[in-house]
Amino acid sequence: MKIHEYQAKEIFNKYGIPIPGTAVCSTVEEVLAAYGESPRTVAIKAQVHVGGRGKAGGVKLAKTREEALSAASKILGMEIKGLVVEKVLVDDAVKIESEFYIGFTNDRNTKSVMMMASAEGGVEIEEVAKNFPEKIIKLPIDPRFGLMDFQARDVAMKLFGDIKTTRRAATIFKKLYRCYVEMDSSLTEINPLVLTPDGELIAIDAKMNFDDNALFRHPEIEAMRETTADEAKEIDAKNKGLSYIKLDGEIGCMVNGAGLAMATMDMIKLYGGNPANFLDIGGSSNPQKVVDAMNILLSDDNVKVVMINIFGGITRCDDVARGLVEAMGKIDITVPVVARLSGTNSEEGIKILSECDLITAGSMSEAAKKAIALAG
Amino acid sequence: MSILIDEKSKVIVQGITGRDGAFHAKQMAEYGTLVVGGVTPGKGGDSVDGIPVFDSAHRALSETGADTSIIFVPAKFAKDAMCEAADAGIKLVIAISEGVPTLDVIEAVKFLDEKNVQLIGPNSPGIISPGKAKVGILPGNIFKQGPIGLISRSGTLTYEIVDRLTEGGFGQSTCLGIGGDPVVGLHYLELLDMFEADPETEAVVLVGEIGGDAEEKAADYIAKKISKPVVSFIVGRTAPPGKRMGHAGAIISSGSGTAEEKIAAFEAAGVPVAAEPAEIPVLLKQKLGM
Repeated sequence: MKIHEYQAKEIFNKYGIPIPGTAVCSTVEEVLAAYGESPRTVAIKAQVHVGGRGKAGGVKLAKTREEALSAASKILGMEIKGLVVEKVLVDDAVKIESEFYIGFTNDRNTKSVMMMASAEGGVEIEEVAKNFPEKIIKLPIDPRFGLMDFQARDVAMKLFGDIKTTRRAATIFKKLYRCYVEMDSSLTEINPLVLTPDGELIAIDAKMNFDDNALFRHPEIEAMRETTADEAKEIDAKNKGLSYIKLDGEIGCMVNGAGLAMATMDMIKLYGGNPANFLDIGGSSNPQKVVDAMNILLSDDNVKVVMINIFGGITRCDDVARGLVEAMGKIDITVPVVARLSGTNSEEGIKILSECDLITAGSMSEAAKKAIALAG
Repeated sequence: MSILIDEKSKVIVQGITGRDGAFHAKQMAEYGTLVVGGVTPGKGGDSVDGIPVFDSAHRALSETGADTSIIFVPAKFAKDAMCEAADAGIKLVIAISEGVPTLDVIEAVKFLDEKNVQLIGPNSPGIISPGKAKVGILPGNIFKQGPIGLISRSGTLTYEIVDRLTEGGFGQSTCLGIGGDPVVGLHYLELLDMFEADPETEAVVLVGEIGGDAEEKAADYIAKKISKPVVSFIVGRTAPPGKRMGHAGAIISSGSGTAEEKIAAFEAAGVPVAAEPAEIPVLLKQKLGM
């Protein structure tokens, strides 16, 4: 789960990580109120869940009330990569001596929390990682000891060189690590961490993603969720025991198992069609799940045909087929449905399906080809 | 031979009194697995389908001499169950539990590593050595004993592929799902080594998916260290970036972890990548010169 910069800054503030003076605003009036009467320099920053907002014109400096008004009117309501900006941050501008990158993430390879740091801050860290991997310091952290003082100092010393700034930075690193672990984050970044001419360190940006699997122990984070319409649909599906992601094609897919669902989408593409979604209905033959899944698929106007791909393992195909038939009886289906059942008791399953209004297929590729033909 | 489990593995089921634990304990026993006990704190002295239940893994071990554990407990208790099994002296832990917080897995992995305990999962469908034993939720009836080892990050997709293999005349030595989470126990490299050393295994099928760079690392490793033929299949070619495709670990983040990169890495390492599951037996026949 992602949160906005302003929410991450609220969390940073609780952990004593220095951030600039900041106000979150939803209207131009609020921006002007936050700006105040006397001239000062602020950064007005779009709050959206995508990267590259600076390039898209979503971050502007304002030195006067008029500039603040103009920037706020431009940014509030603008679209960045398809997302409408509903909130902006009005941050005190900070004098920049140099910029650094600090991040923590769960690393698959070392199976540990990995600290990352770089003197190449303020730019896209993915680009640095790709082109100059040697410019990123990486430190896997032992979960039993956490980020130890000397480790934090070592990393800081490599970035800053002098012991005074090193001490300051090490304190921030340790706070950030504690924040990362206590919040069950999956990615926490400060980019950039700014060193001011006065020798102060300030996090002028803040990013936090969270481990969805750990949200059960963080109701306070769940409460920060702000969703787009598509995400709301995904969350609604999740609450029904389904895993759904909308795509742009016309063939709606309903599959049991995440891997097989991806394989089904790939198969549709392979034979020249376009999947409308990823949808994993899980392992049971529960008719209600099929009904819920079908309703989600049909709520997408792009869907011209539905392809059901079920591999019956321990849940036998005849049970799945009965579930499908029962579900079909409960909803008004306006598009053709191609169903493919394979695995345990598949013959009985297909026989049951052939008695209702479904088009059956013997293999995944046959089902994909039939669905593509029907989608036109 | 086979890897990790066989007919001599003595298995306990942690969470045996839950719905899934009870159901699969019975299924595993019916397959021929030596299911010697179960663990549910507070239910010691009960039995499930004739399998004795103990209050702790320690008790289960001292009574049964088990060496393998399968975990069905809810995600929030999974870390504790994994560590308890390891502390009791279990040598191989297979975690089926889905939705375990990543930081919990990181801690458990560290605990198990220190005790030299092998972990499969979490979020794994388990492992099967056809004709010998099954420790997992895989449907035993679709498997057939034979020379192909299979490693996968998925569940149902594994069954689909096994079905194609069995249909194409290829039985399996051992098949396992390593788990769909970002951080899991045993991974491609260790398992490739085990298959390389297993005399029954003649070729390996590696089923990967988007997210992380384990497939790229495996491709490199195969080119350098693995002499047996390997065939692969990668899913998620059509997955959009930044979205978790069902599995917590199946996500293209910051432009890396794409199917294209993984496919290119395998092809560069001389590992053919099937375009669809049905092509896997065809590629195996070519690789094995059949």
